[in-house]
Order: sequence, then C-alpha cells, then structure tokens
Amino acid sequence: MSIAVQFQQVSRHYDSVRAVDDISLDIVEGEFFSMLGPSGSGKTTSLRLIAGFEQPSIGSIRIFGQEAAGLPPNLRAVNTVFQDYALFPHMNVLDNVAYGLMLKGVSKDERYRRAEEMLEMVKLGQYGTRRPAALSGGQRQRVALARALILQPRVLLLDEPLGALDLKLREQMQTELKALQRRLGITFIYVTHDQGEAMSMSDRVAVFNKGRIEQVAAPQLLYNQPATAFVADFVGAANVFDGELAGTLVGQQRAFAVRPERIRPAGQLDGDVVRVPGKLLDIQYLGAVSRYEVEVFGQKVVSMVLPNENGNAVAPAEIGAAVTLAWPRQAMLPLAG
Amino acid sequence: MMTASLSASPAVPPLSLWQRLGVALYRHPGLQLALLLGLPLLWFLVVYIGSLATLLAQSFFTFDDFTMEVSRELTLANYQQLLQPANFDVVLRTLVMASAVSLASAVLAFPLAYYMVRYARGWKKGFFYVAVMLPMWASYIVKVYAWTVLLAKDGIVYWSYQHLGLGGAVDWLMTLPLLGGNSLTTSHLGRFAVFTYIWLPFMILPVQAALERVPTNLLQASSDLGASGAQTFRHVILPLAFPGVVAGSIFTFSLTLGDYIIPQIIGPSGLFIGSMVYTMQGSIGNMPLAAAFTVVPVVIIALYLSGARKLGAFDAL
Repeated sequence: MSIAVQFQQVSRHYDSVRAVDDISLDIVEGEFFSMLGPSGSGKTTSLRLIAGFEQPSIGSIRIFGQEAAGLPPNLRAVNTVFQDYALFPHMNVLDNVAYGLMLKGVSKDERYRRAEEMLEMVKLGQYGTRRPAALSGGQRQRVALARALILQPRVLLLDEPLGALDLKLREQMQTELKALQRRLGITFIYVTHDQGEAMSMSDRVAVFNKGRIEQVAAPQLLYNQPATAFVADFVGAANVFDGELAGTLVGQQRAFAVRPERIRPAGQLDGDVVRVPGKLLDIQYLGAVSRYEVEVFGQKVVSMVLPNENGNAVAPAEIGAAVTLAWPRQAMLPLAG
Repeated sequence: MMTASLSASPAVPPLSLWQRLGVALYRHPGLQLALLLGLPLLWFLVVYIGSLATLLAQSFFTFDDFTMEVSRELTLANYQQLLQPANFDVVLRTLVMASAVSLASAVLAFPLAYYMVRYARGWKKGFFYVAVMLPMWASYIVKVYAWTVLLAKDGIVYWSYQHLGLGGAVDWLMTLPLLGGNSLTTSHLGRFAVFTYIWLPFMILPVQAALERVPTNLLQASSDLGASGAQTFRHVILPLAFPGVVAGSIFTFSLTLGDYIIPQIIGPSGLFIGSMVYTMQGSIGNMPLAAAFTVVPVVIIALYLSGARKLGAFDAL
C-alpha cells in the first residue's frame, strides 16, 4: 500500500489565524478518507492545500511521493468536486464534462465520446445538451463528479459535495459515492461536517478541531474509543464527564464519556454498574427511540436513549420525578483531555 | 369561558384611508404595476421612442436645396446622398475611429478591471474606483482643450519623447497615412488618443461589473481540470466577461460615432458623423440629411448587437 497524500508538519496561517496548525497525516492509496469537523476547523483548508488552491505557510505536502508545495493546481494529479459544483454556466453539460480533455488537446470526437460515457456512468446520459442552470442540484452534483473523474485522477477531492442536497437525496448519493469509489479503486478524500456521512462512507476519518487533528481512525474505533472529549461529543452523541465529576462518581479523576444508548434505568441493569440518582427533565420522542434528559447532581444533564416499545416511549418516571440511571462500567470511554 | 372572553374582545378598528389603499393595491397587482411603471413608461415612450420615430420620419422628408425648405414628401434621396463619396467618407472615417477607440479601450480596460476585481482590496479598491471615475467629474470641454496643450509642439508629450530619444520615431509615425498629420495635435493618432482617454471609463466600469460576477471557484475549477492561466482566461474568464466588453464597446462606439467636438479641436480636417449632423441641422438647416446621418449609428449599433448575439456574447447572461 503506497501513500497517496502525505502531510508533514503542515501549517497554513492567515495573519494571526492558524487555519491549519502543524498537521501530519498519511492518506493511503485506495481508501475512502474523510476529513470531519465543524466549520472553521481546518478541514476545507487542508483539502484546498492538496488541490493547490492554497499554499502551506510551513511544511511539506507530498502527492504520491512528489512534493506538491509550490505546484499550481493544473500540475497536480488530483481533481476536485466543489461544494457548489462550480460548473461552467456558459457551456452545456457535455462541454463541462469534456473540459479537462479539451485542455489536453484530445480530439473533439474522442472527448465527446468519453464525456458521454462518463455521463452514462452518473446516469445523466440524456442531459448532455442541457445547460447546468437547467439541472437540479443532484444532477449538477453528478455532472461535477463526471467532470472530475473523466481525467482518471488517482485522488479525488470532494468538498462537502452533498451539502446542498436534501436528506433523502443525500443518503442516496452517499450509497452511490461509496459504490463508485469501491468500483474505481481510487483514493477519495472527502470533507464534511456531517459525522453520519463520514461514518457511513469512510474507511478512515480524521476529526479536525481548531486547525488540528484530534484523532484519525476507522469509524468504529472512532465511536468506541474516542481519544478526546471533542471526538466523543462530535462523533455521535456522548455524555462527557469531566475529571471532577468523574472523581465524585467513580472515585477516579479521569474524564470519561458514556453513549446515551448505554444508559438504562437502574432497575434494568445488574453486575458491575455505575448508578447515579437524578431527576427526569424532558422526554423527546424520536420514532424508533426516545431520548430522556436527566439532571444529575443538580447541575449536569445526561441523555439516555431507550428503544420504544410498540412505537411508544416507555418513560421510567413522570417528568419532574426522581429516576436513578445506571451504565455498565465497561461502557465508560476514558478521554485524554 | 373561552367563548366568553373571545366575544368580549374589542371589535377590529375600522381601516384608515391609507390602509384601505394598501388593501386595494394588495388585491390588484395590476394597479401596483401601473403606479410603478406608468410615469417612467410614458416618459420613455414620448421622449425616447417618440423622438427616435420623429428622427426616422425626418430622414425621409424632402429638403429643397433652392428654397432651403423641408417638405413632408417622402423620399430616399437623403440616404442616396449618404452614399456619395464625400458623405460616405465621413461615415467610414467615423466608423474606423469608433472601432479603433473601442478596441483600444477594451485592451486597456480588461487588465485594469481584472486587477480591480481580483487583486485590489481595501483602500486600493477604493482608489481605483475613484481614479476611474474622477476624469468623468471634470468638464468634457476642459479635458479636450487640456489635451491640445499636452500634445502641442512645446507640450509635455513632445518634451517627453524628445528626451527619450523617440523624436525620430514619432516624426516617422506622423508621415504614415492613417495615423499621421502635421503634428500630434493635428494627427489622427492624437485624435485617437484623446477619444480613447475620454471614453475609457465607460469601458472599464461594465467590464469590471462583468468580471465581478465571475465566481472565483470557476477559475479554480478550470485550473483544477488542468488549465493554465492563459487557458482559463480564454475558455472561462473571457466568455463570461464578454457581455461586459460588448456593453462597454456600445458606449465607446456610439459615443465616438456621435461626438462632434473632439474632431473639431484635435486631429486633421475631415468631418465626422457628429460634426456633419451639427453642420447640416445648424448652419445649413438640412434636417432630413442630418436625420439620415443620425440613423447611421443607430443601424450600425443594431447590426453590431445582433452580430454579437449570434456569436454567443450574451449566452452567459
């Protein structure tokens, strides 16, 4: 397995702002790699550093071993699918897709034939003569994909490509993108702020926060062994207990997190469990499950998620009444900081 | 309890006159449109379309050379006169100048506008806007006369090229048939320079506005797909900004076509369409021929626009 993209102590500063702060990272050839984080966390800047739209202030970026810092985007073996698609409004769909080949000097017949093939692949065979403005968001997204893939890049960069689509379409496109990546076998580097999206598609995920990477791991590992409180909270829901609360609860001053679905009313659990008395504040009905907000120690609100029975919430108590929570000791995820 | 409190609630107060007017407008969108457009549309129809129609009609009226009277007999004689060598020369001379001025303005304006849009930030952006607009605040006549001083034999331009050792080159330029003249002030080149100076802002502003509307990510996408800077310029920036160039060239072209002051003050003798119109309607009183001369730029601009449309200049709009 060779390294497709390598960051070595890369920083990107804008005046005093460190958009990307001393990042080192190896992205393996052929993997679906996601950069996950809230807005302003440095994930998009990192992607733009790979594409060449930004230059690192310090550090080295290698693409298949070749130093990329200082190379303009047109001399890099990567292609990008932009967040708002960036289709050329004055060209029809076919010319948009064939653009990269036209620049390479591929003959008209040849490039149109291959552009038609790409459009077939993204199921837009009939749309070649349309203008981008006459397409829906999902269709534009597919055109952008075809336009980037026609150059057969070894690395495809995707900058929140599904951000503007509605939920159903987004889920459908997630499945298609993953299948496409598997079929083509090329490296996808995918930027998103949606943890569900990152989890469902990726081989590995890098969690960004404030210009730094908090953790790089496969989705399951990220969920089950979050390195930091930020990761625990950002990837899935988590009840994070700081050192002080941990000390009161379990006699050990180390921060930990518990997933809401691991918590139960005390009566339902036996064995090595932690019990906490509290007061039920609110019940949120979510269809398959319900979420129960419970106040413990008169200050901290803990979320507990219980499956619904026959479609109905099974409240352990009335709202406002006392309830004791419990969770297995091994459900506690120790956190670094 | 509920119903009691509801029925006890105070009656809705009657609507004021203004509110009733608002309701009437809300219910009749057509009335709203009539209020919005009525006056400007009337003005437009009477003053613009009306005067153009009168102009067109005038150009078919008959002018009696002997009595110097205009009669309403329709004739094509005025247009036939346009084709006489002397008059046709005027049309051609003006056309060539207008084309040259438009082309030069576009070439000068594009990089400047591009810099203003893509690179200038903060005070620099403001500075360039003001610098482009500033000449338009000064009187046109003053600027043109100022140029006669600049271009004169003992003026700054003359002094500069003499000191740069370019005297011979300029003297040689002055001997060329389409550029030359006795001196810079009386040369075609001098007239061209002044025209370009005067109308350049009218090219910069629309080109700048068009470039402003080209999203940066299109340039990045082009570069990402392998385009060099020159290729991105040719395939993305130029086609998207071209409507702005066309808009600007309509200004520079038609303003040059209609101008009658610069040709009088700077450059060799030889009338322009504008000066011909001025002479015909002023000192001679041949309104029909003046009208026919005025129709020429209108027709040329119309042809130019339809040509630009066929070339796809407005596809990006």
